[in-house]
Amino acid sequence: MAAVFRDIETVREEEIRLQSEIDRITAHPVYSPLREPLIDESKACSDVTNDISGLLERPASKGWWILFGLSFSLLIAGIVAAINTVYFGIGTWGLNKTVGWAFGITNFVFWIGIGHAGTFISAILYLFGQKWRTSINRSAEAMTLIAVMCAGIFPILHMGRPWLFYWIMPYPNTRGSLWVNFRSPLLWDFFAISTYFTISLVFWYLGLVPDLATARDRATNKARKIFYTVLSLGWNGSNRTWSRYETVYGVLAALATPLVLSVHSIVSFDFATSLVPGWHSTIFPPYFVAGAVFSGFAMVTTLLIPVRKVMHLEGYITVQHLDNMCKITLLTGSIVGLSYLTELFIGFYSGNPNEIFVILNRMGGPYAWAYWIMFSCNAFIPQLFWFKAFRTRIPLILSLCILVNVGMWFERFVIIVTSLHRDYLPSSWAIFIPTLTDVGLLVGSFGLFFTAFLIFLRLFPVISMNEVKGVLHYARD
Amino acid sequence: MSPNAASKAGVAEGQVVRLSKAGVSIEIPVLIQPGQSDDCVAVALGYGRTKAGRVASGVGANAYPFVEFVDGTFRYEAEDVSIEPTSTFVELAKTQVHQSAEGRPLIMEYSLAEFVSGHLHEESEKQVDLWKPHDFPEHKWGMVVDLNACVGCNACVLSCQAENNIPVVGKDEVRRRREMHWMRIDRYYDEKPDGVTTRFQPMTCAQCDNASCETVCPVLATVHSSEGLNMQVYNRCVGTRYCANNCPFKVRRFNWFLYPHEDAVANLALNPDVTVRTRGVMEKCTFCVQRIEEGKIHARNEGRPIKDGEIKTACQQSCPANAITFGDLKDPESSVSKLRHTKRNYVLLEELNLRQGLTYLGKVRNDGETVGGEPKNGSSL
Repeated sequence: MAAVFRDIETVREEEIRLQSEIDRITAHPVYSPLREPLIDESKACSDVTNDISGLLERPASKGWWILFGLSFSLLIAGIVAAINTVYFGIGTWGLNKTVGWAFGITNFVFWIGIGHAGTFISAILYLFGQKWRTSINRSAEAMTLIAVMCAGIFPILHMGRPWLFYWIMPYPNTRGSLWVNFRSPLLWDFFAISTYFTISLVFWYLGLVPDLATARDRATNKARKIFYTVLSLGWNGSNRTWSRYETVYGVLAALATPLVLSVHSIVSFDFATSLVPGWHSTIFPPYFVAGAVFSGFAMVTTLLIPVRKVMHLEGYITVQHLDNMCKITLLTGSIVGLSYLTELFIGFYSGNPNEIFVILNRMGGPYAWAYWIMFSCNAFIPQLFWFKAFRTRIPLILSLCILVNVGMWFERFVIIVTSLHRDYLPSSWAIFIPTLTDVGLLVGSFGLFFTAFLIFLRLFPVISMNEVKGVLHYARD
Repeated sequence: MSPNAASKAGVAEGQVVRLSKAGVSIEIPVLIQPGQSDDCVAVALGYGRTKAGRVASGVGANAYPFVEFVDGTFRYEAEDVSIEPTSTFVELAKTQVHQSAEGRPLIMEYSLAEFVSGHLHEESEKQVDLWKPHDFPEHKWGMVVDLNACVGCNACVLSCQAENNIPVVGKDEVRRRREMHWMRIDRYYDEKPDGVTTRFQPMTCAQCDNASCETVCPVLATVHSSEGLNMQVYNRCVGTRYCANNCPFKVRRFNWFLYPHEDAVANLALNPDVTVRTRGVMEKCTFCVQRIEEGKIHARNEGRPIKDGEIKTACQQSCPANAITFGDLKDPESSVSKLRHTKRNYVLLEELNLRQGLTYLGKVRNDGETVGGEPKNGSSL
């Protein structure tokens, strides 16, 4: 009997000892050596709310107005170019009988590609439980939406009769049995992009709802109150709401994941299913998808570096985040580089004189400069990310990412223009020279992109507060 | 001006030179023309007019002052003309800027020996289609162009322009490579140390059965007819230009601007059987579908089948050498069907398996060979 009591004593002592140990640890948290904190470890939940919501509640800074003014001027240039195009015709572009697509479709593919990073971060990284995504997913998703909008303008503008663009939608009409051509990749594009835009919008908006409710609860003036009340859809933060939210979020992530792969595959079919040498290639779908994620990550990084600086978000978007993004850029950049080499190899291996000619013409023809810009920016430059210094020093990251963006724009230009301008019959060979209108539309699309992104920064919480709060204790658990 | 003469005179293409002789002097830009004699310069007559209306007045320079009236006849050649380069350059408006075929087998040529031996080119491989072939219940229109007969005179191009209301877009647009001709004559130079061989080939929409343009149009604005024609539906076209990109022959023409205009007098020159096309739509050769329909109506009114050769396309009608044959490929007795079965018939870019309605008869070139011991072509070889 005494022995039993002694045992209970021992157990109690042990319990007390453990409890004091737990108290000691929670009073002075020690960090697991295996985990780095995801964000500044000194933040509490209320700090997160105050930091992020405060950005919306304070009047816009001078820096914001300057950037907005600059972006808006670029947008105006684009609007002028667009009016010029629609009023006078596609003749205001530099196209000719041989090169039927150039800047317009280049911009389209470029912007669609940019969008992919947002979906990758919000859907694929979510499904893989990559918690570091929480600091960047909101802005990356907003970037996706804006980029898809920028992209969507070009297929419409590049039409000879843009006011009839809705003819590429299969809708019941009174024109007899008039229907669309389901064999045309342009039609597949229409489905791919409208699906992509819809899912991205819903996904982004759903993630915003809890944060919009926070903004609603903190709103002090009437207009803000109404705006955020309507948008937050009556969110009340109950367990049931949260549970449904988590379920729907997971389902949408699963729905969006295949889109990361399908959208750019379908865009690449515009080229791959044609018979133009340099377009007709089975490597295009994976190569385009890798290129899209590659350019998208470079663009997210390019955007977030100034944002974290100007909005003082260094505690949320840490160098570790930038480091991770650089690693994905390195991976996808290497896939792109490998694709370039594969394309070269297969071109020669095919023995097809037209394919071989396209490759030689790209490397040494009139647009060789564009090819080598593309090759160096996309295949060589990202290789620098193997070195830690290039992944952690902000100016280096920023300049490499901008070069990657330049390179990826040129990739699409090279694919489209160098393939078209010298195809089967040398009698029709021609040169494409962009006009001011072409340049205006390109510049204008950047104007639209930055203008819309700056407006997003003022209207919506730039960092997903509810998700960041979930990873505050990431290193302390 | 030949390339050699140009380099000797130190002038480049487009450079304006002053030609002068005994008080007569004109300034014109240089066009370098392989095959031209190194010792002479050719100037086109008929330019530099002063009273020819807004289209022709003041275009180019008048070379008539160089023409002399000697011994009761005009002498169109002048000697001792000096060429003085100026510092002015003009961008010439040319419809074809790349002059080499890059060694591609686009224009089939055979030597006389090959022709006589009867072995001209490899028999085409049987190609496999994934899609069901089109069904042509009544007619299947086809065209054969005999490269042996073609002299490259461009009459077909002009008659096509007149027949089909093809807009004249002017020099600036031609410089931007936006001429609207539905038909063209491709010309390639093969420059060798011992001289230049010029090859040419009339080119128009080949009316492919496996048309690469038809599959890519999102709105079905270009579709195949039951008579083998590749039809462009102007009203339906939204102008994506995908069809033109995907056309290996680059015969599709896009309306970059609004070309038709409301000039009641000028519009009297238009062919009432052919519509004009608005801005932003694609257009191309129709095999003169208006003439085909007219022929069918005539035959129907007279209650008889269409006779072979009754329907003539505009290009065929104006060809002085009868190089173009048009007709029904469904009729095995039609002249176009018979030509298709001759040895010289070949399909351009056959490896693409487009199944064109337009094929060519290869050219037999006799470079002074002999066959069977008989000297040909007056050569001593």
